[in-house]
Amino acid sequence: MSARYLEVSRLEVKGVTKRFPGVVANDRVDFAVGPGEVHALLGENGAGKSTLVKMIYGVLHPDEGTLLWNGEALQIADPHAARALGIGMVFQHFSLFEAMTVLENIALGMDKPGDMATLATRVRDVSQAYGLPLDPERDVYTLSVGERQRIEIVRCLLQNPKLLIMDEPTSVLTPQEVSRLFETLRKLAAEGVSILYISHKLEEIKQLCDRATILRGGKVVDTCDPAAETAKSMAQMMIGAELKSVTRRGGASLGEPRLVVEGLTLASEDLHGVDLKNISFSVKAGEIFGIAGVAGNGQNELLLGLSGERLADHDSVLRIDHRVLGRKDAGQRRQYGLCSVPEERNGHGAVPGMSLIENGVLSAHHRMGLVSSLFIQAGAAARFAAEIVKTFDVRTPGTGVSAGSLSGGNLQKFVVGREILQKPTVLVVSQPTWGVDAGAAAAIHQALVDLAAKGVAVVVVSQDLDELLAITDRLAVINVGVLSSAMVTQEASVEEIGLLMGGVHGLDTAPATPDAETAHVA
Amino acid sequence: MTLDILVPIILTVVGSATPLLFAALGELVVEKSGVLNLGVEGMMIMGAVAAFGVAVSTGSGTLGIVAGAAAGMAMAFVFGVLTLTLAANQVATGLALTIFGLGLSALLGAGFVGIPVAPLAKLAIPGISDLPVIGPLLFAHDALVYLSLAAVVGVAWFLKKSRAGMILRAVGESDISAHSIGYDVIAVRYRAVLFGGAMAGLGGAFLSLSYTPLWNEGMTAGRGWIALALVVFATWRPWRLLAGAYLFGGVTILQLYSQGAGVAIPAQVLSMLPYLATILVLTIIAAGPWKGRLDAPACLGKPFRPST
Repeated sequence: MSARYLEVSRLEVKGVTKRFPGVVANDRVDFAVGPGEVHALLGENGAGKSTLVKMIYGVLHPDEGTLLWNGEALQIADPHAARALGIGMVFQHFSLFEAMTVLENIALGMDKPGDMATLATRVRDVSQAYGLPLDPERDVYTLSVGERQRIEIVRCLLQNPKLLIMDEPTSVLTPQEVSRLFETLRKLAAEGVSILYISHKLEEIKQLCDRATILRGGKVVDTCDPAAETAKSMAQMMIGAELKSVTRRGGASLGEPRLVVEGLTLASEDLHGVDLKNISFSVKAGEIFGIAGVAGNGQNELLLGLSGERLADHDSVLRIDHRVLGRKDAGQRRQYGLCSVPEERNGHGAVPGMSLIENGVLSAHHRMGLVSSLFIQAGAAARFAAEIVKTFDVRTPGTGVSAGSLSGGNLQKFVVGREILQKPTVLVVSQPTWGVDAGAAAAIHQALVDLAAKGVAVVVVSQDLDELLAITDRLAVINVGVLSSAMVTQEASVEEIGLLMGGVHGLDTAPATPDAETAHVA
Repeated sequence: MTLDILVPIILTVVGSATPLLFAALGELVVEKSGVLNLGVEGMMIMGAVAAFGVAVSTGSGTLGIVAGAAAGMAMAFVFGVLTLTLAANQVATGLALTIFGLGLSALLGAGFVGIPVAPLAKLAIPGISDLPVIGPLLFAHDALVYLSLAAVVGVAWFLKKSRAGMILRAVGESDISAHSIGYDVIAVRYRAVLFGGAMAGLGGAFLSLSYTPLWNEGMTAGRGWIALALVVFATWRPWRLLAGAYLFGGVTILQLYSQGAGVAIPAQVLSMLPYLATILVLTIIAAGPWKGRLDAPACLGKPFRPST
């Protein structure tokens, strides 16, 4: 490695152990970040990455081991102390306050914000300088996820950090926004800021990071130079096993259109949601149709409109196998074969406080015959849940445990599996691998591909472009409630999709400086 | 002529609004921090009995006021230990606090029933207070009335402009976020709950020392509940709360005068009005174009257990 790592590390973690009741989240973890280094922390969900960075940021305290800051051992008592040292953090689940303004949110994350007028000017300056447009006066609940992330980044930058911790920062950004973020991060690194970068997107880590520390089961299992590795080799270090790549059926012929949506127009129920405007597309039997787009462009509304949680104006708007279902509700659509997986698994896809068996009954009672006239068929329900767990490799102590106790990836496998085992004719899935580790993501992708191979029409709504490029046959981009025309995935270019994703949306994020890309697209 | 009738009516409205204003303003701050304390009635009546007892025993109205606030705070502290430190259910604990307060105050106050106390002195400004109409309306109240109005200004400024107020709102909006940024959620909530207790205690003290300078078992007569309704009615905004307190206070007085004037509206209908108004406001907010976002703090009533 280059000579700069021989200097005193900015941050060194030595033998840090953290136990929670029943789990060792971190087990004698060692690693170091040098000045100006971009260091990746890689690991599956539950590998202990979040626990580790929370200790560095002072939210949690290590049971054993020491943290060294510029070579000096110290205790980081709380986040105030961390910030005083020059540690900034961008959280995966944003630490934002919805009903408050951007400016208030930024001030809350600073120890000496100064007076608000000056701070507002500084926010504008920093957001301009780093290409992160923000209006300080807006209320946070009116912003998209991407804009919310900018708040966190700007908040950190305002405090001249020496070490910036970024937890899964790119999952909500367009490819253009990602490259702009990377420019920002490289610029910061060149200024001597150390960056601790957590992501499951291995290609990004290859592009951006100087070194990577790989965690598995709370232990450091390996370190590597990402540039010298392939994404696949890093994924294997991460999960500690051979990573199955998704196998596509080759050139299988597609059948008749199974799902036809014609002129779906839906006013959002959410005050700051996006109205759907005249959305039309069709998905053939055996086809995987992708819907790309930056979060908050109508995906939630589209999913509600497809699943039947919201009804269309006319019956003819949505058809499955020539049966008109536009005015049928979610339960009825499910009976006719349209199953769906919403984005939010806890509380929408599954009831966190209910057992896996009960959660199975909730969506599959009709198609799987789990309910007789009055009573739940306990035996059949238990067998169904057990079958999901077995078929989709859901890691759980049993089917009687509450859905909320499962890790994100395992619950997602359960929810997706529950719908697939109902043998749908059309499956609508939103964000199938959001916050899911590489192993589980590969399993879910394979399941979707296999399902399509059986002649099911599959719709995948996702913000993860790599995912869509990997598994879809055709895709379209949704932007402020308008769906672009569909393109064949293999012929589509990332640049083109990225422009469609980012183009018009840039308007409401940067009212002061119309985006060059906007003009380009318009 | 009409003025001669109106002035005393308005004065009684002030008297009936002030205890509501105190209690509701305290509860507003508590709820803004994300805590729902349904024990307002219990804290108020403990404030009333403590203020009365101390004022009678020492002969000092000021000491009575202090005792009322302290008693409300003591009750709030019990609530805080249960719901904040021990993370008990806030609704159940609040209800228990009310029942406990009503019972304990009856026990402690048994010896004070029927004893008179000198009402709190009016703060008169020579010359100005003698002005017709304006004098009695604006410049001849006791200290607690002015304090309640000053508290509205203070709370409004605190929540909107001060950093501590911003942190308090943040804690009520998302306890987990506030914790991860590094704020001590429990400590902020303790302070808010104690403030709420003190304010409820002051409301009680006003009742037993000024409004009706007597002690009676159960003399708060549901005002704590009206105060809770008032916070929702005002959609958690101090200035609307001021208007609401005087409106609800006015309705209470209307009920007395309409009976006196022989208007054929049953008193029960009028005493329903504050609650009906609250339901109406909630309905309007929920049905209006701004639906989905009541100004309710997002974490209201949720217990918070920090991980360490």
